Amino acid sequence: MAMSIDDKLGLNRFRADKSYPHITVNQSFTDVKEIERVVMACPAKLYSYENGVIGFNHEGCLECGTCRVLSGGKVVETWNHPQGGMGVEFRHG
Amino acid sequence: MSNEERFDVIVVGAGLAGNTAAYLMAKAGLEVLVIERAETIGGKNVTGGRMYSHSLEKIFPDFAKEAPVERKITKERISFMTGDTATTVEYAADKLGEQGKATYSICRGHFDPWLAGKAEEAGAMYVTGIRVDEVLLQDGKVVGVIAGGEEMFADVVLLADGVNSLLAQQLGMKKELDPHEVAVGVKEIIRLGEEKINDRFGAASSEEGTAWLFAGDVSGGNVGGGFLYTNKDSLSLGIVTTIADIGRVDLAPRDMLERLKAHPTVAPLIKGGETIEYAAHLVTEGGYNMIPTLYRDNVLVAGDAAALVMNLGFTIRGMDLVIESGRLAAETIIAAKEAGDYSAATLSKYKTALDNSFVMKDMKHFSKMPKFIENHRIFEQYPGMMDEIMSELFIMYGQEPVKFKKKAMTAVKKVGIMNLLKDGMNGLGAM
Repeated sequence: MAMSIDDKLGLNRFRADKSYPHITVNQSFTDVKEIERVVMACPAKLYSYENGVIGFNHEGCLECGTCRVLSGGKVVETWNHPQGGMGVEFRHG
Repeated sequence: MSNEERFDVIVVGAGLAGNTAAYLMAKAGLEVLVIERAETIGGKNVTGGRMYSHSLEKIFPDFAKEAPVERKITKERISFMTGDTATTVEYAADKLGEQGKATYSICRGHFDPWLAGKAEEAGAMYVTGIRVDEVLLQDGKVVGVIAGGEEMFADVVLLADGVNSLLAQQLGMKKELDPHEVAVGVKEIIRLGEEKINDRFGAASSEEGTAWLFAGDVSGGNVGGGFLYTNKDSLSLGIVTTIADIGRVDLAPRDMLERLKAHPTVAPLIKGGETIEYAAHLVTEGGYNMIPTLYRDNVLVAGDAAALVMNLGFTIRGMDLVIESGRLAAETIIAAKEAGDYSAATLSKYKTALDNSFVMKDMKHFSKMPKFIENHRIFEQYPGMMDEIMSELFIMYGQEPVKFKKKAMTAVKKVGIMNLLKDGMNGLGAM
């Protein structure tokens, strides 16, 4: 049985910062092909696209930067590192 | 100076480049502040990972005796895979592990705190859990950083803030990364236990390790591949794939890893293992041509931020390069401190030193490699060709005899002899 991404993220140590989404998406972006590529690209599977709405949850982010490199200025409106001490904390890396 | 706190140098990022530089500068008597956004040293750092040891050996001879390395790599394997077959080349040799030439599997979460500890012992000051929000400029001149809302001042700032160096971008020293020149790596740490690893990978002791690369089916034909390194009691198992290729075939990078785990060559090796961490990290693989501006008045860029990583096809190499960049940045800053001059003219010695070192020589030498690797035939067709040749060689069921040469040529012709020759020559040329 393949592990789900949620299962995998559940193994990591995170300090969630609910007050500060370090990545924001552009809801008025409409190129479906591009959006689907971003949904596919995220290793943490944090993006979704349903009924014309781009879903994104910054909690669980592995802070890799793939979405920004792929679609910065398009689907990804802003991208920053989480505030100090917040976000993922790798124990092994 | 006034009563504001002021350092000789602020290092942004406690990775290999930052920690190496901090150690050498503190040892030379400079006042060094290292700012790390993770709560603990190494908390944001990820490798594949195997480290070529030679550049750290120069600074800490015999470091592996003391440092928390995982295993010394004494066995190299490369597999060309189709969905259910693998053609594997293995090279096992004690000389792979010779002092000064050895490579080690490492986990950054274990290793980086050791290196930072050395810098701290030498007198560098560390603050963790603080993000550097921006480089502090006065009249267009770099004078420090703004971190956690506070201004901090230094004569020079060393940006060692990793592959997503927003700070080098802020200063216009680095462009946004190009998806054609960047790959994403996705990795699991799978705990298996020392004994099982020794048994399954034929290691005589828990000191000996295997590095393994997987090409072909893993990436579904996209530019990319899988990797496996044996750690002390766990495996680093992952894939790397070029970002520009995402969406080219219907296979997400995160699913490539599951595909690798399910492959009949890999599945028995990880059976009974427990995944204990899941990580992702960018890998710059554009080579020499994507190196950003490395120095300006009062600022230097080192490490992953400077894109000092090489994708050689059979391995990705970066940690030895970034350690060397940290060392050369430190030497440059120490000399600048002596001269009391942190202008671009003085700091340009960093670039000159890098150019004269193995770092840029190797980056230039392999500068054709990124282009060569973009060839999809390598990932789509050659593993299948290997499969056909090998199955013809090894499978006997009383069939009519056909000369092996003819059988092999049938497989080769599917790819095209000219393509094979051309790719072969290009591959050799890129080496």
